[in-house]
Parts: sequence; C-alpha cells; structure tokens
Amino acid sequence: MNLWYTEKHSPNVRFSLKVEEHLFTGKSDFQKIDILQTSEFGRVLTLDGLVMLTEKDEFIYHEMITHVALATNPSIKKVLVIGAGDGGTIRELTAYATIEQIDMVEIDEMVVDVCREYLPQTASKLADPRVNLYFEDGLKFVRRIENEYDLIIVDSTDPFGPGEGLFTKEFYGNCYKALTDDGILVNQHESPFYAEDALGMRKAHQKIVGFFPVCKVYQFHMPTYPSGHWLFGFASKKFDPTQDLDAASWNELNLKTKYYNTDIHVGSFALPNYVKEQLKDVE
Amino acid sequence: MKGEYMTHHLQQRAPIMEALNQYKSMRVVPFDVPGHKRGRGNPELATFLGEQCLTMDVNSMKPLDNLCHPVSIIKEAEELAAQAFNAKHAFFMVNGTTSAVQAMIMTACKAGDKIIMPRNVHRSAINALILSGAVPVYVNPGVHSELGIPLGMSVKDVEQAILENTDAKAILINNPTYYGICSNLQALTDLAHRYNMLVLVDEAHGTHFYFGDNLPASAMSVGADMASVSMHKSGGSLTQSSFLLINNEVSEGYTRQIINLTQTTSGSYLLLSSLDISRRSLALNGKEIFRKVAEMAQYTRNEINKIGGYYAYSKELLNGDTIFDFDVTKLSVDTREVGLAGIEVYDILRDEYDIQIEFGDIGNILAYISVGDRHLDLERLVAALAEIKRRYSKDKSRIYIHEYISPQVAYTPQEAFYAPKQKLPISESAGYVSSEFVMCYPPGIPILAPGERITKEILDFIDYSKVKGCFLTGTEDSNIEHINVLKELME
Repeated sequence: MNLWYTEKHSPNVRFSLKVEEHLFTGKSDFQKIDILQTSEFGRVLTLDGLVMLTEKDEFIYHEMITHVALATNPSIKKVLVIGAGDGGTIRELTAYATIEQIDMVEIDEMVVDVCREYLPQTASKLADPRVNLYFEDGLKFVRRIENEYDLIIVDSTDPFGPGEGLFTKEFYGNCYKALTDDGILVNQHESPFYAEDALGMRKAHQKIVGFFPVCKVYQFHMPTYPSGHWLFGFASKKFDPTQDLDAASWNELNLKTKYYNTDIHVGSFALPNYVKEQLKDVE
Repeated sequence: MKGEYMTHHLQQRAPIMEALNQYKSMRVVPFDVPGHKRGRGNPELATFLGEQCLTMDVNSMKPLDNLCHPVSIIKEAEELAAQAFNAKHAFFMVNGTTSAVQAMIMTACKAGDKIIMPRNVHRSAINALILSGAVPVYVNPGVHSELGIPLGMSVKDVEQAILENTDAKAILINNPTYYGICSNLQALTDLAHRYNMLVLVDEAHGTHFYFGDNLPASAMSVGADMASVSMHKSGGSLTQSSFLLINNEVSEGYTRQIINLTQTTSGSYLLLSSLDISRRSLALNGKEIFRKVAEMAQYTRNEINKIGGYYAYSKELLNGDTIFDFDVTKLSVDTREVGLAGIEVYDILRDEYDIQIEFGDIGNILAYISVGDRHLDLERLVAALAEIKRRYSKDKSRIYIHEYISPQVAYTPQEAFYAPKQKLPISESAGYVSSEFVMCYPPGIPILAPGERITKEILDFIDYSKVKGCFLTGTEDSNIEHINVLKELME
C-alpha cells in the first residue's frame, strides 16, 4: 500500500504527503471535506482538495492570526471570527481571560462537525461559554453590524469558492463599519510567492487600504501552504502593530506558545523587498 | 395523465443536438463551409472557444436541415418548441429578438398600415416601422409618479386608440417591460380581437412566463397572435438566439417568408442547438428553475429593502390596470432616496465592487437574477449596495425624475428616416423634426424616434441623462452632439 495525497501548489508545482488512512470524506452544500491521516503531518483537513490545516503545523497559523492583535491591544473584549471552522483560532483566543465574547461565523456547519470529531486538537475550545457559533454567510453577518467588535479575524479559505465573498471590497468595508473606533482587522492575506496567490494578496491589500488608516502585512512560515511563505493582514483604525505593541503586558500573561513571541511579533512585519514592492504597487 | 406523460416524453428530445452528435460521430470529411473545418484551420480560435464548440459550428446540409426552409430536424425542433410554449408554431431565430419583433410587425403590417403600440417599445419595434413603412399610433404608457418608470398600457387608453383608429392592423404589447411591469394582456387581447386587430407581444423579458408558477400570463396563454421570446435572456440559450411564436390564423408560410427577407441563410448551429437544448431544459425543469429564481429575487429584494433608502419594488405596486401584474423574478431597485441616480449606482457597482448589473437609468437599477446565480453572489450585491449607501449617499433632491414626454409625431418613422435632412448641433434642434433615434442603452427605449418633433423638454432630458452618465446612442454622430433633422422644416 503506497498512498499519496498531492496538491497543486502552482500549475507546475506539486506537493505530496504520504497517507496512512483516509479517515473521512463528505460533501457539504459548499465544498468537499476530507480528513487524512498522514505519516509526517498527522491528521490533515482538506477542503475541495486543498490543505487547510495539519496537526503538525497548525500552531504556526493559529498563533500568528490571533496573538499579534491581542498583544497590540490587550483590552480587546469582543471578537468576531469569520471562517475558522476547525476551531484553532478560537482555541488561541480562549486563552485570554480578558476576552468576554467570541462570535464565530462559519458558512459550513459540516466543517465544524467533522473537525469536532476528527480534529479535537483544534476544535477542543469551541464549547467555551464565551463562544457563539453562527452558521451563515460571513458577508451577510457583518453587513448588519455597526460599531460592535474590537477585533475581527478573517480566517478564510481562498479568494475562490465559498470564501470568495470574504476577499471583496464590500466585505472589508462592512468590517470597517462593524469595528469600534479601536478596531483591528486581521485577515488571511494569501502569499506573495506563486503568481496566483500573489494576485490574491495584491487584490486584498488594495481593497483594505482604501478603508483603514493603518494597513500592514506580516509574514509567517507555513510548511504545508504553497511556497511556505504566507501572510496575514493587520488593518486598524488606531493601533500600529509594532509601535503600539505592549510586549511587557503580553509576556506577563505567561501564555504558552510554540511559534509566537513578542520578538517574532516585531520581526514578522519586516518584509522582503519583493513583497514590499508588490504591496506598494497597489497602495 | 397519459397526454401529459407523452408531452413530457417528447420534450426529452433535442433533435438538433442529437443530429449534431450523430453527424460528429460519422466523422464526415468536410469539403464545405465553414472554412475553419471543425477548428483545424484556426487553432487559436479553437483553443479560445474550445474544440467541441468549433466541431459543432457546421453548415446547413441534408442531415442537419436548413433554417430557411426546415423539413427535418429543425422542423421537429420547432414543433417541440411550439408544443412547449403552447403555440401553433415556433420559429427558431438567430438574428436576435430584434429580428423576431421586426418579423411580427412586418407580418402584420404593410406600408401605410397602422399599428397601435406603447411609446416605451424597444428600438427594434420602431426600426421595423422604418423598414416596413407602417405607421405607429402611440399609446401613452404613463410614468409611475414616484418611481419614474414607464408603466403598462391602460385598457381604456388602448380602447380609445382603437376607436380612433379602427383601421389599425395590429397592436403591440410589452410583456413585461424591462422593469417587469405587465399590462392586462388578456383584456387587451380580447379588445383588439373584437376589432379584428392582430395582437403582437414583445416578450423579450418574458420567456419564463411560459414555465414558472405564479408568474404573469404569457402571450400564447391569453390567445395573442404572435410573440417574440428572448430565449437567451431568462431561457438560458446563447446570446442572439430567440423564438418567434405564432398562433390562431397567422400563416406559418407567410411569416417564414417575412423572416427570410432579413434573416441570415447561414443560421448558426451553435445558436440553434442552444435553443433546442434550452427549450428541453425549460420544458422539463422550468417550473423548478423559476421557482428558485423567484425565491432568490425575493430574498434579495427583502434584504435590499432592509438596508433602507433603496426600494426594491414588487407586487405592492399593482393597480389593476397600468401595473396589472409584476414579474417577481425581476430585481428592480429605486435608488433615489440614497441620493444617487440608478446609473451612478450601476457605475459604482462595476468600478468599485466588480459587480455588473443589467442597467441603471435615472431612478432605478435592474439586477438580472437567473438560475446561474449563487447565494454568495446575491450576498455580495446586497453588501455592496449597503456599502454604497454608507460611502456615497447624497442629498436626494439631486435626482430629478422626468415626467413621461408625450411624443409629437410629425412623420412616420420611415418618412422621417429617408427624408432629406440636415445636421444640426443638438442644442439648437428644438422645434425641428428628428430623422433619427436618441436613446439610452440599455434599456434601448427611444427618447426620440424618427419623425418626432424635438422639444426643449426632450433636450433637457437628454442633457440630464448625459450628465448622470447614461450611455446615449442612436444618432449618426456617435458623440450625440449633432442630430439629423428634416430639411423642409428648417426655415
């Protein structure tokens, strides 16, 4: 038995994982959902055949999508998370006792059900009493809200398929409206490396820049994502992620992290020239 | 039950598609046109459009019949279409619904014959008058006092027009208008028939009336004589393909002769097969398809109305006469309360949000909803409209709705079009008779038609439309700065 999972990272590049067992396959109203048991990366969640997370490297993604904003503004109380059906982002957020409410809006209930069953590593905190789950379109949810959240995290899939509405100008504009005056928006910002991902990155940046006075991009290293070089966007109405970083307060919290620390926080905003240039082109 | 089963069974066939598949499988060596020879002679085109597409782009021949004189598979396909639409006969049209509208008018009217029609007809109808020399008798459709949209024809107004013109040969009715508004089609048909006039129906926006539940009455269902049905709009076929339906005493042979006056002799099999396949799909699944479309339109309407400012209207407008019925699959939205012209919202949606809608006029936008829409796209439209209101809304007094301008018809469209004429700056043309059209496109309803006197009111409206960003067309001068007027009136 020699079973391999292969994903196209670009039209000409493939990435393969040795599979031990295909644990789950199913089709929701929105996408195909699979769970694979792999030899190197543990359990893997794929949506429409693309790796969303693996047990081995998900900590990098989930720590970086949450702690940067929380270390910048420790008084965040109310958080909206869009997407994030695997629960990893929620797990990181629930570590903060100061957060009072976490609303999570995931379009596909089946993703959550499957993750609860097969990926307790990420889904374990979905039952936290501060967490409210809404299964609906993120764009629709945020459109009805004004001046309500201190932080919105867009933990989305790619700018095609069920998540495409989360890469639009109307979405970012509605997020701006839904945030308080202290509001921060962190979004999955694609990658600068392969052409198709880079186009998604530039378009997202271009659309966000129009709304927020502070618009930064930070990077992290994600072994199972195309090229391994991935980005998050940090946009806010007030806070600058490096100047306003409150490193001492965050370190006092004594949270246990495997990737994030306050040095990485600052360093992650230092971008390679080719990334800077691409972002500058659309500003 | 048995009859219904038989009909259903027959409607599963698609004779043109079947014949094309059969022809392809025979691997016939082509020493006929088209010269791209199944795409081999034009690899770039084959790559762009797809090999299968070019394989099906073939010429009329014995096994594939001939559109100008159908005797086999096209005839069968036309009979199936007639059955699906409950018509006496259905003609496959490949020159657009424009050609179907023209064929209706030219079948019903010879030069000098009168035809009663609302002034808010599509340009294709007035073009038919230029071609045929028929004389229009316009019925004022009126404009909705708040929304500024042209309405249907009132039965009373039509009756008056009929009594004043008992020699008219036909009446032309829009079913529905671009905005989804229907006249009382049954009453108008019965009325016209009492005076031995043919009832011609422009159903460019009404294909779905034949298949969906709880939709306005279709032309054939009320016993109208001819109807032009844009299959490529709500019917799902390729752009430019259409059906012309006939009923009652209208002669199939004579109508075919009229069609052949202007229709191509090289009818595209891409268009023909798309009509055939779409007819089958509508006959088998139309009810379900349009239930979904109506549901999506209603959902979007509700969500847009919740934003505030916008008014996505529907059946609450019904008044028993000029708005006798409303097509609930249409998503027409009044934008004036947001302080933006429809055409401005239309432009912002495209330029800022990558959303293309069907059209915008001064007070309204129309988003076309079809079975091809996804819920996430509807959410994008609603969210973008909410954002546009938040970011761009202005004082509503800047949007000014014009009253219906009753045309002063001085000459028939044909006389005016071919008369000796002279070019004038449009701003100096008031008082003269226009020899050409001026219209916003879309929707393509003329502001001025050939033979109509130009007034200051009309010029003001043209200016206003230009300023708001409407795309104006119709005149020889593509910049719409000059207009051709009739010479004899220039002293």
